[in-house]
Amino acid sequence: MKLYCLSGHPTLPCNVLKFKSTTIMLDCGLDMTSTLNFLPLPLVQSPRLSNLPGWSLKDGNAFLDKELKECSGHVFVDSVPEFCLPETELIDLSTVDVILISNYHCMMALPYITEHTGFTGTVYATEPTMQIGRLLMEELVNFIERVPKAQSASLWKNKDIQRLLPSPLKDAVEVSTWRRCYTMQEVNSALSKIQLVGYSQKIELFGAVQVTPLSSGYALGSSNWIIQSHYEKVSYVSGSSLLTTHPQPMDQASLKNSDVLILTGLTQIPTANPDGMVGEFCSNLALTVRNGGNVLVPCYPSGVIYDLLECLYQYIDSAGLSNIPFYFISPVANSSLEFSQIFAEWLCHNKQTKVYLPEPPFPHAELIQTNKLKHYPSLHGDFSSDFRQPCVVFTGHPSLRFGDVVHFMELWGKSSLNTVIFTEPDFSYLEALAPYQPLAMKCIYCPIDTRLNFIQVSKLLKEVQPLHVVCPEQYTQPPPAQSHRMDLMIDCQPPAMSYRRAEVLALPFKRRYEKIEIMPELADALVPMEIKPGISLATVSAVLHTKDNKHVLQPPPRPAQPTGGKKRKRASDDIPDCKVLKPLLSGSIPVEQFVQTLEKHGFSDIKVEDTAKGHIVLLQEAETLIQIEEDSTHIICDNDEMLRVRLRDLVLKFLQKF
Amino acid sequence: MDPECSQLLPALCAVLADPRQPMADDTCLEKLLDWFKTITEAGSSLLLLQENPCLVELLCHMLKPQDLSSRVLSFSLRLTGVFAAQEDCFQYLQQGELLPRLFGEAGPLGGAAWTAPTVRSGWIQGLRSLARHPSALHFLADCGAVDTIFSLQGDSSLFVASAAGQLLVHILGLSMQGPADGPPSLQAGDWPACAQKIVDHIEESLRSAATPQITQALNVLTTTFGHCHDPWTRVLWVRLSPLVAGLLEKDPVPAAHSLVDLLLSVARPQALRAQAFAVLLQPLACVLKATTQAPGASGMVDGTAGDSVTVDTLLPSKAACVGLLCRTLAHLELLLPLPQRPCPWPQASLLGAAVTLLQLCQGSASPTSDAGRHLCALLLGCVRVQRAALDFLGTLSQGTGPPELVTEVFAVLLEYLRSPDSSPTVLKKAFQATFRWLLSSPKTPGCWDLDPQALLFLRELLPVLQKRLCSPCWEVRDSGLEFLTQMTGRWGGQASFRHALLASEVPKLTEQLLRDPESYVRASAVAATGQLSSQGLCVSPASPEHLGGQQKSPLSELLHILSTDSEGFPRRAAMHVFTQWLRDSHADVVGDTEEFVAGVLQVASQDLDWEVRAQGLELALVFLEQTLGQPGSPCPYAVTPPVVAPARPLAQALQPLCRVRLFEFAFRALFDCDRPVAQKSCDLLLFLRAKTASSSSPQEARISPDVASVEAALQRWQAGDQAQPLGDLEPEVVLAVLRSMDLEGLRGALAESSDHVEKSPQSLLQDMLATVGILGENEADCY
Repeated sequence: MKLYCLSGHPTLPCNVLKFKSTTIMLDCGLDMTSTLNFLPLPLVQSPRLSNLPGWSLKDGNAFLDKELKECSGHVFVDSVPEFCLPETELIDLSTVDVILISNYHCMMALPYITEHTGFTGTVYATEPTMQIGRLLMEELVNFIERVPKAQSASLWKNKDIQRLLPSPLKDAVEVSTWRRCYTMQEVNSALSKIQLVGYSQKIELFGAVQVTPLSSGYALGSSNWIIQSHYEKVSYVSGSSLLTTHPQPMDQASLKNSDVLILTGLTQIPTANPDGMVGEFCSNLALTVRNGGNVLVPCYPSGVIYDLLECLYQYIDSAGLSNIPFYFISPVANSSLEFSQIFAEWLCHNKQTKVYLPEPPFPHAELIQTNKLKHYPSLHGDFSSDFRQPCVVFTGHPSLRFGDVVHFMELWGKSSLNTVIFTEPDFSYLEALAPYQPLAMKCIYCPIDTRLNFIQVSKLLKEVQPLHVVCPEQYTQPPPAQSHRMDLMIDCQPPAMSYRRAEVLALPFKRRYEKIEIMPELADALVPMEIKPGISLATVSAVLHTKDNKHVLQPPPRPAQPTGGKKRKRASDDIPDCKVLKPLLSGSIPVEQFVQTLEKHGFSDIKVEDTAKGHIVLLQEAETLIQIEEDSTHIICDNDEMLRVRLRDLVLKFLQKF
Repeated sequence: MDPECSQLLPALCAVLADPRQPMADDTCLEKLLDWFKTITEAGSSLLLLQENPCLVELLCHMLKPQDLSSRVLSFSLRLTGVFAAQEDCFQYLQQGELLPRLFGEAGPLGGAAWTAPTVRSGWIQGLRSLARHPSALHFLADCGAVDTIFSLQGDSSLFVASAAGQLLVHILGLSMQGPADGPPSLQAGDWPACAQKIVDHIEESLRSAATPQITQALNVLTTTFGHCHDPWTRVLWVRLSPLVAGLLEKDPVPAAHSLVDLLLSVARPQALRAQAFAVLLQPLACVLKATTQAPGASGMVDGTAGDSVTVDTLLPSKAACVGLLCRTLAHLELLLPLPQRPCPWPQASLLGAAVTLLQLCQGSASPTSDAGRHLCALLLGCVRVQRAALDFLGTLSQGTGPPELVTEVFAVLLEYLRSPDSSPTVLKKAFQATFRWLLSSPKTPGCWDLDPQALLFLRELLPVLQKRLCSPCWEVRDSGLEFLTQMTGRWGGQASFRHALLASEVPKLTEQLLRDPESYVRASAVAATGQLSSQGLCVSPASPEHLGGQQKSPLSELLHILSTDSEGFPRRAAMHVFTQWLRDSHADVVGDTEEFVAGVLQVASQDLDWEVRAQGLELALVFLEQTLGQPGSPCPYAVTPPVVAPARPLAQALQPLCRVRLFEFAFRALFDCDRPVAQKSCDLLLFLRAKTASSSSPQEARISPDVASVEAALQRWQAGDQAQPLGDLEPEVVLAVLRSMDLEGLRGALAESSDHVEKSPQSLLQDMLATVGILGENEADCY
């Protein structure tokens, strides 16, 4: 069993598991942090961005000044943003049989895999994962396509040139594999390969293994996966949460008794407690708005935003913010808000019960109804006529490189009354802000990551007790900035096996058993013989038939009538002979009694030696040696077949035959 | 005992002695025992027993083998003790062999009843009551009770074990009272036998290898030295101190915390104090060592503190570590203000340890050793330790510290106030500690203002406070406001503080919090607004860009709260503020004091919350004192001096009180259904009558038709019909009514608790009999 690690990002995993003749891809996350190296795509012409100076080498050579621009001491690529794809060379991706998706954030590379690698398999995901994943992809495509950029930079990627660039461009990895965003057509084609599944549904893969999604508690429809055969069980845990937020709670019990547990998608900010961060978010929001400033919240169109809106719903009246408009701007804002209300079966118990009242499970419905929350596909159109300040705007993209957020950064960045509050943990907020510097607006970092922290992981592992844990290498040591925090790493016994990008791990367990069925008529013909109380044995003569990874013992065909004139005879044609079978032997030989028997039969001068595995009985006179071990007995005598047969018969007296 | 009770007693004793009549409510037995205690304290027990033979019969009945309830048995043991506390009664009971049979081997001690903890407890308490005279001591020695008490020290019931220890202390004290000729010598033979036996037992326990036994002995000694300072205790200490010192030399020290308790209670052992203190400091030394590189830098304890082994022994698991640290901090906090605290007091090290501890809990410390990293992992996010350490840090503000450490203290406090992860309770403690440290920050001589460092801190603190006032968690908003009130009360008059505060959003936010959905927060906002307004720090009204449009003055805001708020707390807070404003002659009040008082009293009189009405009387009293020219608590900082008008005729002086309808308010309160309000009003009117008695003149004393109608109205009020108002009252009428009222009688009636009738012993006995149906009320129904 092998694990091919195609992504080095611990929360955007892409691994391939080879297990019992199946090839299973676990998630296909897309690392979008590469976009931080690019200039933002302004929705409205930005004189500031278009007038940034080109970058030139120290010696004054300016051949890159079309591709690279300088802003407040940082250098950015002036081109359509590109994404860092999972490794495509490590394994032939056309051999992947299935792709299992754990949540909508971990499927953003799907079109790259399904459309460009010869993939012919099936993708499994829950319905909310697919639908919200579609929204995320649609938003991404929309953000990038609506600001067409003529220029595409590639010169800087040349290895010899990249060396000369300043950090972080110099250190960017795998730049040659960076790709532009996919198209909507590719998205649709990729999503058409998805087969929808429900929690705890058992899906047979070629009869060899069974895969089952389990609720992971992190997002609508988010799953962990169990991959099991009759005798082996692999759990894949990716993006799970034990906090009480909107999704169904995590199913931990089903993860018990795993041989291997692959653990990815833990919280990216283990030191920030989500509750504290939500408080921080609300306080800073209220402070800014009370001072007459605007609040900008760069966010994804689904996920934490639902929880934030719910907190604000409870908070705004108490904070005296009832008159402040909340705007949610995204090409998919409407769908996201409405989808969240219809996936009742995927929600936590509290929200599920509301549906029966009937009430919308999320209170943002009420915010919309009372006109406190308004949503728009884009800042063009209705929004510009409704826009009132001070206000709170939720919009994407959290990288601040594309989407409507770019416009608001340009618009509000100059006033210290305004605040941008970062809640998504995927991007470094300082890097995200770099192309907007110098910036007067206040920046608050309240990353809200509800995924498991290390304390919860340690409890989980104690609870489910897997034999082996496999995780990204980042989880096996404290974060570099807090090297004394031994609590910020996975601590388990035996120590977790770690992987990094482009590594192949041989998973540490041996397959020892295979399930074989016996046909009823064959089973009827068996004659068991009890050799110990409770244990019976029977000899079986049968044909082992293997098809679709299922093994069946069938009765042997009747001895074929000799037809004569056979020309070919191959081993595979050999039907087991039904001639008299040698009996099977069982039991053990007590050495002392055996020696006595030998003496009784006229052997003398017998010597017994103890060996590591048993005994050697030496018949010195006969120059013969009988080697008795637990599972074999050898009689070694030179050229005296008579003697050997006599001795063999003496040995057989001590054994049972059947 | 009154005859009615005497009559009921035989029936009750019969019920108690009858196992078929279970006593459902054992609080009755407690009350009964209390009643007997009162009787025996007042008179002779012997006489009581002789007059009521049923009592002795009841006690004798306990000796018969039967299925008595353990509660009744326990009660009887305790009752016997109460009677036998008087020596003549003791002798009387001795004659009947009752005592040895109840408390000796033949009694419950040997029987099945002994398995019930309540019986064992009753046995101990009975002995505790009777052990008051020399005869009792002989009895204890003869019946072997002391050995039983020794064994009960390790009883499975904590109550029994603890009571056994205390009984030993009591017996030891009693037996040492006997020999009058000065304290005994160190010679064993010199001590009374009973005391000798107990001391031998303590010595043996202290030598024991078992920690529970050592703990028991230490606890007995702690109680002894804590309660008694007779000369013999000094001899006892001299005798036992080598053994105690021996304990301190063991590694690890057994029963460390009991030992520390003992050493703290014995103020005398100078020699051991340092050693004992070191034991107490050991966990903190570990903490301090966790983050310091240089060996011996702790300055607290040298040697092994901070080694992995020591840390593992002292602080092995999270629960042990947290428990030990919290206890240590609590001990030190108690020790700090004591005169016998160790000297020199390691203030700097303790400060350092408290700061480090807080940093470890927050994850901001940088441990330098494996032991430190282990500690860090154990303490991270531990709210209990955070709270204890913040309390301790606050207490340490009474002393000084090296400037760099004080800077660290402020830094760690700021870190806690800022951290989004600080729980509401931790935050509250952080605010409290911050206030204490600001109070203690060095002052420029002759100036009450904050020193530059504190001021710098304040500038960083205000944005944090601002954010906390916007917290979604109401507890946080509440403690933020309380902190603001404290700060303003202390430094509101200082220019630099005023400047910093007015430059921030805090006053505006406070004003907005008056409309908070949580009533506690509104109450705190009312208090804060009161304080801010007193210091002239409220937001300037009606700034044009303000969201809410026009803004009301603090006075009208608070009046609005008083008249409309649905919860009691904000209204109470508003009344407190108003009273304070009146006392301090607040600018908004001085303008038209009468209108202010009249308005507030009118609203308060209709309030459903009795505390608001009571506070209204407090405000009325302040106004009354100011009007009559005798301020009860003169305020040295008052802007305008209180009105002093001794020369005016009384009627004229009372006019303002009539104009604000103070009397109507007070008379209404006099018949208030809530007793505290009525009492307070009664006191106020009595005070007024006393004030006016001296200056009364004949023409004021006439009986007019007005007086009669007022008196008639008041009678109706008293009867519960308060619909009719009194109308405008003339001072003369008020005085006449006041004189004619039996205020003293009313005060007496109010002083008696409302259940004084039900609390009588006769009622108790009747109730007990009624519950078992002896009084026969229900008999007629049985056919």
